[in-house]
Amino acid sequence: MNALLNIVHQVKNSFGLSANNTVRGGVHPAEHKQESTTLTIGSLALSKRLVLPLRQHVGHLPKVLVTVGQHVLKGQLLAEAEGNISAAIHAPTSGVVLAIEDALIPHPSGLPDQCIVLESDGQDTWGERVAIDWRHLDQPTLLAALRNSGIVGLGGAAFPTQIKLRTNPKVQIKTLVVNAAECEPYITCDDMLMRERAADILKGVEIAQYLLGAEECLIGIEDNKPEAAEAMRQACANSAVKNLQVIVVPTQYPSGDARQLIRLLTGMEVPNDKRSTDVGVQCFNVATLLALHRYFDFGEPALSRVVTITGNVSTPRNYEVLFGTPVTDLIAAAGGALDQTDDYIMGGPMMGFSLPSVDVPITKAANCIIASAPQLFAPPPPAMPCIRCARCADVCPVSLQPQELYWFSKSSNLEKARDYKLFDCIECGCCTYACPSNIPLVQYYRFAKSEIIAQDRAKEAADLARERNEFRLMRIEREKQERAQKHAQKAVGAQTEAAKEVLAVSANPEADAAKKAAIAAAIERAKAQKAAAAPQNIDKVEPAVQAEIAKIDARRDAAKQAVQAQLFESDPQDNK
Amino acid sequence: MSRSPYLSSAPSVSVIMVKVMLALIPAIAAYVWVYGAGILVTLALASATALTAEALMLKLRNRPIKPFLMDGSALLTAWLLALSLPPLAPWWLVVVGTLFAIVIAKHLYGGLGYNPFNPAMVGYAVLLISFPVIMTHWPAPLELAQAKLSFAEQYQFIFGASLPNGVQVDAISMATPLDYLKTQLTLHHQVQDITTASQFGAFGAKGGELVVWAYLLGGLYLLQQRLITWHLPTAFLGALALMAGAFYLVDANHFASPVFHLFTGASMLGAFFIITDPVSGPTTPKGKLIFAVGIAVLTYLIRVYGGYPDGVAFSVLLMNMCVPLIDAWTQPRVFGHSK
Ligand code: SF4
Ligand code: SF4
Repeated sequence: MNALLNIVHQVKNSFGLSANNTVRGGVHPAEHKQESTTLTIGSLALSKRLVLPLRQHVGHLPKVLVTVGQHVLKGQLLAEAEGNISAAIHAPTSGVVLAIEDALIPHPSGLPDQCIVLESDGQDTWGERVAIDWRHLDQPTLLAALRNSGIVGLGGAAFPTQIKLRTNPKVQIKTLVVNAAECEPYITCDDMLMRERAADILKGVEIAQYLLGAEECLIGIEDNKPEAAEAMRQACANSAVKNLQVIVVPTQYPSGDARQLIRLLTGMEVPNDKRSTDVGVQCFNVATLLALHRYFDFGEPALSRVVTITGNVSTPRNYEVLFGTPVTDLIAAAGGALDQTDDYIMGGPMMGFSLPSVDVPITKAANCIIASAPQLFAPPPPAMPCIRCARCADVCPVSLQPQELYWFSKSSNLEKARDYKLFDCIECGCCTYACPSNIPLVQYYRFAKSEIIAQDRAKEAADLARERNEFRLMRIEREKQERAQKHAQKAVGAQTEAAKEVLAVSANPEADAAKKAAIAAAIERAKAQKAAAAPQNIDKVEPAVQAEIAKIDARRDAAKQAVQAQLFESDPQDNK
Repeated sequence: MSRSPYLSSAPSVSVIMVKVMLALIPAIAAYVWVYGAGILVTLALASATALTAEALMLKLRNRPIKPFLMDGSALLTAWLLALSLPPLAPWWLVVVGTLFAIVIAKHLYGGLGYNPFNPAMVGYAVLLISFPVIMTHWPAPLELAQAKLSFAEQYQFIFGASLPNGVQVDAISMATPLDYLKTQLTLHHQVQDITTASQFGAFGAKGGELVVWAYLLGGLYLLQQRLITWHLPTAFLGALALMAGAFYLVDANHFASPVFHLFTGASMLGAFFIITDPVSGPTTPKGKLIFAVGIAVLTYLIRVYGGYPDGVAFSVLLMNMCVPLIDAWTQPRVFGHSK
């Protein structure tokens, strides 16, 4: 019977007929969630030295407010949000600012970035905490207050929360979706949070619902977390908030992708060029909602988060970890790494990345650290050519054709890749997971995306340079004509030899000027050409953007190397 | 550096190929039962030729030999070709066909993953065009043959020895039902009368039916193992049955029944093993349906109106040419896009 239903489901899927709230594509790797859920959320001894990267979120760098040597209190604002999209940084404990310098941060690029280094005084003395009476304040006031809360999306995306709560006045938000799917294998921090602090999470839900004006709230949990779902149901039953609903969805990665989850829970597909708020839905992770509650009801900014430490360690567990705590301390708390550990992954095994070092700090985006060993994550065998088996297409949650994208990315046919909707790829990794030829597909997509972005930027720069140059040439032309006119007038007026001499003398500087202009134009042209050839026209952009570009470049190089390292494949095109 | 995902689930290409070959075992067993063990010689011959040619081509093309030999794709091509040839086909026919499939149809187009045409079918089509007489001369099933050859005799016959004393070629071979039907129809006989001839069985060919059932069994195993999706076999067999059914309903005297079409020739082998070759086929679900229906329609037309008794090979090759178009036209709607 099941087999029959399965076939019906497959047939419907092939014709795009399946209902909106069924799973499309996706994969179901071994979950490995059991290991880290046997113990309650632990707390970690205070680390001596905390390193707080300024960039722990998506958006602008915050502005540093403290100086080296300054003593700060727990919860004190160290750097304030600057610009439209930004997030503040607070002191996770009391202590002294040791340095403000570049240090290694947990980022796929492996590049150092600006950090505030704090030496804790061991007292953990709180600064002033002021709860906010949100029920009696209006939305703009609350959003302004939220700006320096330091709260960002804790599901891993790290997008500043106040931006997501600032809604479009034209569209009424109907539904608040709580993302509790936690679909990546190994990660259990949200699971444990729900088991232990469901009631507090719902207090955060209440705040978010109030800020958004949402009339209903749907909580999506995968069916591999029955305890968490039960805890949330209990809490919902006891909550004063109306229209709360826990919806259990099948365990199928990547159901926790916001757009996928929204479709699963509401049946609505967010159009690719729109935000979910445009269709009346906003989505928050459970940990983010809990942070909202702590901020508004207790005046505590974002100072810590729950992190799963699992994989090849002696006691996998979840810990409440202060931001800035070195990953080494977390590993030590879990009883240390076992033999054969050769790598540490931040995030899950499907979308995470290898840490450049265990000295990097835990940041707001760090939901999980996995000690990796060959027996857990075997290095992929060498890639073979694509046999067009379309397994990748079958599992792609956004219905792309990964094998075509691969072909276009590989042959650097970037325009085609864009046509085939490369930018709709969510880099979930399902395609690579399913590929029998072990092709690192996602690496190719990351590479192709950054190539396209770089090209677009280079093109913009070149266009700008060309425009400037054309304008300059126009001006030179105009000036020439004006001079020619003057000459003609003068020539008509001048009858004497002396007058001719004057003309000769005055002609010289003009010739010089024209020559100079020509040289300048040539230099400009050469510059523009250079800019077009190599996308490095970055000397005039602001440092933040420069850093971004450096990172993208590094990512590109890394992707390139990775791709090359894994391939001995293979086709005639490669040898060109 | 980001090398995620760190996990992989997929069976490797070689596991897939081995499983497909496993799915062919029942059919091979049925072959031995019906036609004698000579088919094993053909299979061995094709395999050896394929592996040698593959290794040689890899060397010439400067490719690592071991992983590509181990992927099993050459072996599978050899098996499919061997199973398409008449049992007891002379050794050189097997060798030439296999060489063509591996060297020209596969490697000259860029090797595994790059061949636009189904290699086994290219080999088959070349042989059919070049040696039509041998290719359409099938041995009679042992139960029908006037003279039964032992394995040793079959072996010697394949390698060019003449038949044992007194046995004529006609005594061990007969026209295939598809072929017989075609020639008899041109002689204005009616289908009902023609199919009473001894080579016709309950559904298709006597003896051959058993092999067809075995292919079906293997095909179901492939489906169950999710090595192929339902699209291709269902659409192919369905369209073939519909088309044959329509003609049959209009004029049962001149057109064979749909069941006959499903159970003769390369229908079942094609449905599960030939048209499901991923490399030369379309990748989108809708594309697969179009591709399979196209092959079914062409196969039927060639069988009924064409110059060759069976049409699967040519139809596959013709539809292979349309694959890029089919794929481009049938791109699924991407999440969040209206079309
Ligand atoms: S899964 Fe791998 S081999 Fe199969 S079509 Fe996709 S990229 Fe090609
Ligand atoms: S990584 Fe991109 S192409 Fe691959 S399955 Fe995920 S969304 Fe589809």
